[in-house]
Amino acid sequence: MSKFGDWLNERFPAREMMREHLTEYYAPKNFNILYYTGSLLLLMIVFQFVSGFLLMAHYVPTSKEAFSSVQGIMYDTRWGWLVRYMHVDGVSLIFILLYLHMGRGMLYGSYRKPRELLWLIGYVIYIMMMGEAFFGYILPFGNLSYWAGVVITSIVHAIPVIGPGLTTLVRGGTGIGTATLERFLALHAVLWFMIIAALIVLHILALHQVGSNNPDGIEIKKLKGADGIPLDGIPFHPYYTVKDVFGVGVFLTIFAAIIFYAPTMHGVFLERTTFFPANPMVSLPDVTPPWYLAPYYAMLRAIPNKYEGIILMAAAVMFPFFLPWLDRNPVRSSRYRPVYKAMIIIMGITFFTLAWVGEQPALPKYFLVERLGAAIYIGFYVLLPIISSIEPTKKVPERVRS
Amino acid sequence: MIRKAWVGAIAGALVSLGLGLAQAETLATPSYTFNKPTVIAGAKLFAEHCSSCHAVGSLRYNRLAGDLGMTKAEIKKDIMLPGGSHYLEGMEPAMTQADAAKWFGLPPPDLSHIVRATGARFIYTYLTSFYWDPQRPSGWNNHVFPNVAMPNVLAPWGGTYAKDGKELKAGVEPKAAYDQQVADIVAFLRYASDPSVFVRREIGGYVIGTLVVLSILAYFMKREYWKDVHDREEAQKKGEGMGTGSSKPKS
Repeated sequence: MSKFGDWLNERFPAREMMREHLTEYYAPKNFNILYYTGSLLLLMIVFQFVSGFLLMAHYVPTSKEAFSSVQGIMYDTRWGWLVRYMHVDGVSLIFILLYLHMGRGMLYGSYRKPRELLWLIGYVIYIMMMGEAFFGYILPFGNLSYWAGVVITSIVHAIPVIGPGLTTLVRGGTGIGTATLERFLALHAVLWFMIIAALIVLHILALHQVGSNNPDGIEIKKLKGADGIPLDGIPFHPYYTVKDVFGVGVFLTIFAAIIFYAPTMHGVFLERTTFFPANPMVSLPDVTPPWYLAPYYAMLRAIPNKYEGIILMAAAVMFPFFLPWLDRNPVRSSRYRPVYKAMIIIMGITFFTLAWVGEQPALPKYFLVERLGAAIYIGFYVLLPIISSIEPTKKVPERVRS
Repeated sequence: MIRKAWVGAIAGALVSLGLGLAQAETLATPSYTFNKPTVIAGAKLFAEHCSSCHAVGSLRYNRLAGDLGMTKAEIKKDIMLPGGSHYLEGMEPAMTQADAAKWFGLPPPDLSHIVRATGARFIYTYLTSFYWDPQRPSGWNNHVFPNVAMPNVLAPWGGTYAKDGKELKAGVEPKAAYDQQVADIVAFLRYASDPSVFVRREIGGYVIGTLVVLSILAYFMKREYWKDVHDREEAQKKGEGMGTGSSKPKS
């Protein structure tokens, strides 16, 4: 090794960390396409940090100037449109990746022992991301931002006893205004981001402690060679680093296609009503959340009583948290559990149907879809302990299938 | 290999979906073309007929030079209003907002983001859906925006129609030419709500092309690195095959 390398390693465990987390971290060799999502999420968080930093350098968090400062970024700042589209479209892509990442965990039983804590940390990151997205959503101060701010902070109002006081604290006053923007910017760019970054570090450390699961749900550490290396394991570096570089290339191609040719994705990634400035005198016909939060909003609307709806929504958010203990089957991967696999497919379709219906206006014709969707969503978690303990399973092989 | 085909198929589907959505915003009538010439034509018509009342405050005049390739002299002659407006500032109306509020009841809105907010189809349909209504203070009403405060300023060119669509007074322009001019104004407003559109389209291809080349190179690098994993698998399979026959004497 070089002289500088020796000098550095006497003072900082660079080589040791490299070995532990890259060159001697053995990952199963049968990762499929869903296993690109982790590294892509990490990349996207870095992108959001960089683009967010550049946006913040031009943003003014006051009710008078927030909207025009964002338009100043779009019209008058060199490459401002690129940075803002990266940040805005990046959110939707992060949530697509998050849902694939979590769906993968459910498909292959990655939340099961000994990875319960890994799942819990990851799920907390997801919940924090929802908050991060909401705070960011308010900042451009279009009319949708304003009314979404009013509606979502009014959910806090439903908390017994402290609700009204807490709403005033969250808003920084009785209404949504400069104080709200200032504190939401501080939450979005400092507190929430730092908590998410710290949780990501914990998530990766916990992963490297227990090792990665794989599509077969087989523990590769059970079968080790004479050298102590898992027979079905390969070093993360270089094998998965070069593979992830390819994944990054394909992903960035899609990302660029969106930014350059469909940056608003026809109002799905960047809603039409955000192009009207915030106006407390003009309420929107329907305040719908962005697509990635819409499933929960649809469930909130499924019950025509504010408190019961909020309880249902909170339950929907909290149920996946307990997955490690709701699933009672000894087999992990859905590859060897046909019933569980069918349940997950139905669940996935339901979730995206709820996302679609949550974006529709609150009309009676959608009530049936909303209620049916909510029933299937909740039913999945309620029935899982029973079904998983009686469902038939296929024989799990000794070694992973390549 | 099947997995790789899937990756390719999904990526291709997403890219073509994105491109398809990008192209989808076209109007049924008339043929609505969105390119630099139609936007420039629309800007001139907008300056002539609309900008005495409506601002496009976010768009500075000098952007028309950078984005559309107009010359400064052309912009000063055809787009900017005589007196008041500055080449480096946003497009402001001749009329003050206070006067406007007095004359129309409401100040005419700034149209910077109107196409992003409502869509090009709506603006086009709105502009061609005015009808004569003596009940209204301005004498005008609109099918898609009932009781709107704006009068039909384009009536001398496009003609005056009754609510049932009967022509009351012919306009000086033939129908097709008039519709084309309205479409040009919409094209200009679409550009104004998203001025990066031409730059995006010009450099987007290069960015995507570069990334595709990098992805292909990365794919070959990955395949090269993974060769020994696959070789080991092959060897293992062969070893197992032979192992069933000869493992006993060995062990």
